[in-house]
Amino acid sequence: MLRYTLKRLLSLFISLAIASLLIFAVIEVAPGDPASFMLGINAQEDTLAALRVELGIDQPKWQRYLSWVGGMVQGDFGTSYQYRTPVAEMIADRLWVSLPLALYALTLSTIIAFPAGIYAASRRGKAGDVGVMGATQVGIAIPNFWFAMMLVLIFAINLRWFSAGGFAGWDKGVFAAMKSLTLPAIALALPQAAILARVMRSSLLDVLDEDFMRTARAKGLSRGAALRRHGLRNAMIPVLTILGLQFSFLLAGGIIIEQVFYLPGLGRLIFQSISARDLIVVESVTMLLVFAVITVNFLVDLAYAAVDPRLRART
Amino acid sequence: MSLLSINGLSLSIAGAPILRDVSLSLASREVVAVTGESGSGKSMTALAVMQLLPARSEATGAITLDGHEMLELDEATLCTLRGDLAGMVFQEPMTALNPVQTIGAQVSETVRLHRPDLNPQSRAREVLDRVGLESIPLSRYPHELSGGQRQRVVIAIAIACGPKLLIADEPTTALDVTTQAQILTLLKRLAAEDGMGLLMITHDLAVVAEMADRIVVMRHGEVVEAGDTPALLADPQHPYTQALLAASNHRVDLPGGAEQAPLLRVQNVVRDYTLPRTKLFVPAGTHRAVDNVSFDIKRGERLGLVGESGCGKSTLTRAILGLEPVQDGSITLDGTPVTDPSVRRKMQVVFQDPYGSFNPRHQVARLITEPFHLLDSPPRDHDVRIESALTDVGLSPDDAQKYPHQFSGGQRQRLAIARALMIRPELVIFDEAVSALDVSVRAQILDLIAELCRQYDLTYLFISHDLSVVRTITDRVMVMQKGRIVEAGQTEAVFSDPQHPYTRQLIDAAPQLPLHETTRARSLP
Repeated sequence: MLRYTLKRLLSLFISLAIASLLIFAVIEVAPGDPASFMLGINAQEDTLAALRVELGIDQPKWQRYLSWVGGMVQGDFGTSYQYRTPVAEMIADRLWVSLPLALYALTLSTIIAFPAGIYAASRRGKAGDVGVMGATQVGIAIPNFWFAMMLVLIFAINLRWFSAGGFAGWDKGVFAAMKSLTLPAIALALPQAAILARVMRSSLLDVLDEDFMRTARAKGLSRGAALRRHGLRNAMIPVLTILGLQFSFLLAGGIIIEQVFYLPGLGRLIFQSISARDLIVVESVTMLLVFAVITVNFLVDLAYAAVDPRLRART
Repeated sequence: MSLLSINGLSLSIAGAPILRDVSLSLASREVVAVTGESGSGKSMTALAVMQLLPARSEATGAITLDGHEMLELDEATLCTLRGDLAGMVFQEPMTALNPVQTIGAQVSETVRLHRPDLNPQSRAREVLDRVGLESIPLSRYPHELSGGQRQRVVIAIAIACGPKLLIADEPTTALDVTTQAQILTLLKRLAAEDGMGLLMITHDLAVVAEMADRIVVMRHGEVVEAGDTPALLADPQHPYTQALLAASNHRVDLPGGAEQAPLLRVQNVVRDYTLPRTKLFVPAGTHRAVDNVSFDIKRGERLGLVGESGCGKSTLTRAILGLEPVQDGSITLDGTPVTDPSVRRKMQVVFQDPYGSFNPRHQVARLITEPFHLLDSPPRDHDVRIESALTDVGLSPDDAQKYPHQFSGGQRQRLAIARALMIRPELVIFDEAVSALDVSVRAQILDLIAELCRQYDLTYLFISHDLSVVRTITDRVMVMQKGRIVEAGQTEAVFSDPQHPYTRQLIDAAPQLPLHETTRARSLP
């Protein structure tokens, strides 16, 4: 297990290094000079030059790459071209919205998907299965921004249970903050839950056909007990893969939902920074998201090994 | 009173009849074998006793197990009986255990379910010791055990609560002969010690002959004959039983004569596999799968290769086909190294699995002419060739337009042979080519191979774990163990007077049918 973990860690660092190089290179070739963007088209050449020196974009590329990476390691993400505030601060503010939102949505999706998938698998081909699978089809088909607007219409405008948008802030208390994240989380969770439930079901159905399930039944376990004790854990690998992918998506992919609910999240930050050629913010947020994705993959790999002893043995 | 009695059991699954009026009985301490070919309904009979039938099954009749009417009980009661009153052992030990649970957890689970008075852990240890796994800790996972050891774990699960009936469904079919012999001895010993009734389901009459007190022969879902083992084997009444016995002991007539010139030369071949590194600065270790193997196949010779799983015969086969790099030595066909692309057209192979070796979306005509692409210019008389190839293997020319799924397992193996012979290769390799077939079909395919030998002077290498088949279909045989050829010689000489202890061990372990004159001469209907 230790070997396996170390090996995964090594591959994590290699992936991070490659990703940082790629991001830096891509941002470098992107057209648009941040200095002229900030000062407008009528700026004087010497003012522009002075600003470039100030922003540090006059230095050679390799030096800028090293200082960028070196800074990030120490938690210094540089200063935003546009707002002249430390990028780290901007990201931290947004992260306090996006991370809880992603976790909230993921929790909801898991709570809905696991029982739904298990139920559908245990009722294979019967009315319950058909019903659940039909519902997941609808869940996948509905665009989530439309669903989000319906939620706003029903729960915010008609019932007035929640506010229609905005984020209360954590200083107003955990309950208020979570309350303002509830509708967005539901809107994000639903399609994810639908996908996850389908994966859970098909994965379980594959396992139900395995020989060891028959062995379990021959021991005297009931159908349900065999499914819980022997089926579930064996069915977890594909489910974990999807869960990992979904978390990565939820962290930044909620941009449309953030727009609908006026949430100051990471998705909106990256969108605004791209529009304003605030390249240092784009770079840093992208790198942060890459870091999150790679870390989640690492955790998923560890979870695989925890679930399946054969993976532990292989390395 | 008998422990198990099945009376007039009929079964249909989704409306299709599977069993018709099956009756049999089994007393405590008795070993009854149910035998028959695939599709005979023998496994379904076993599953019906456990009431573990597939969905949409409907059973009528009566199954009485120790006073319980199994067909009338509800699921909850059945759960208390399964594993407690009756234990079951399955065919495929590699997949019959949950891969993510330790063997200790899996054995003790049965105890926990049915015998709350016992300590599950110590009971698990006890039964694992009884099945001969004294040295294996409870914390092991199935993937850390060999096939034979896993089958012992499955047996331990089945006997953990001291059942009165043990059902074994093809318990040794997936195992090597020496392991098979050990498992059969173990089952017999456990049944005798615990006074269990043992219901053995097997396709292999030879296994049955040495184990069972009584034999029940099934075909197409019906019992065709039942009786005491010696009497039934000595004087089978039903024509099907007679045919089955004849097919099990089937001998073919091979035409004589190999030339002296060697066709295939294998010289000092070594194949090492690199093992995964365990330490950072120590070079990775190697596993020697084929260790300094040398032999020749002469033109027109039929050579057999036997050995147990893991002995290196598959690696050697791939090396001969030029699909595996060798670290040392040389393999040449007619003087050309087999890795040379021009040699490909001179060798063809027939694999074990007649289901997996054809693209299901292609028609037969396309499938069997696949080897043509090995030729520089494909022959013009395409259709004539297809027609004669199909006729040669006992199929009809009309079959050219069909798809693989329209054929039975035996017919597909005929197609595989037709494909292999399409370009008249100089060497054919039969890699366990008859191992997946029923005995009667196997007998027919062996006859076909002998017939083709007469027609085309085939030279082949016949790889099999089944000694009785190799004995009849080859001139010379090699015995392989741990990557080395430990014995080689004329087939009859090796079998009747084995020199190497390993060869003797293999031959002793292989179950054999007692030979009776009555069954010998008869052929299949």
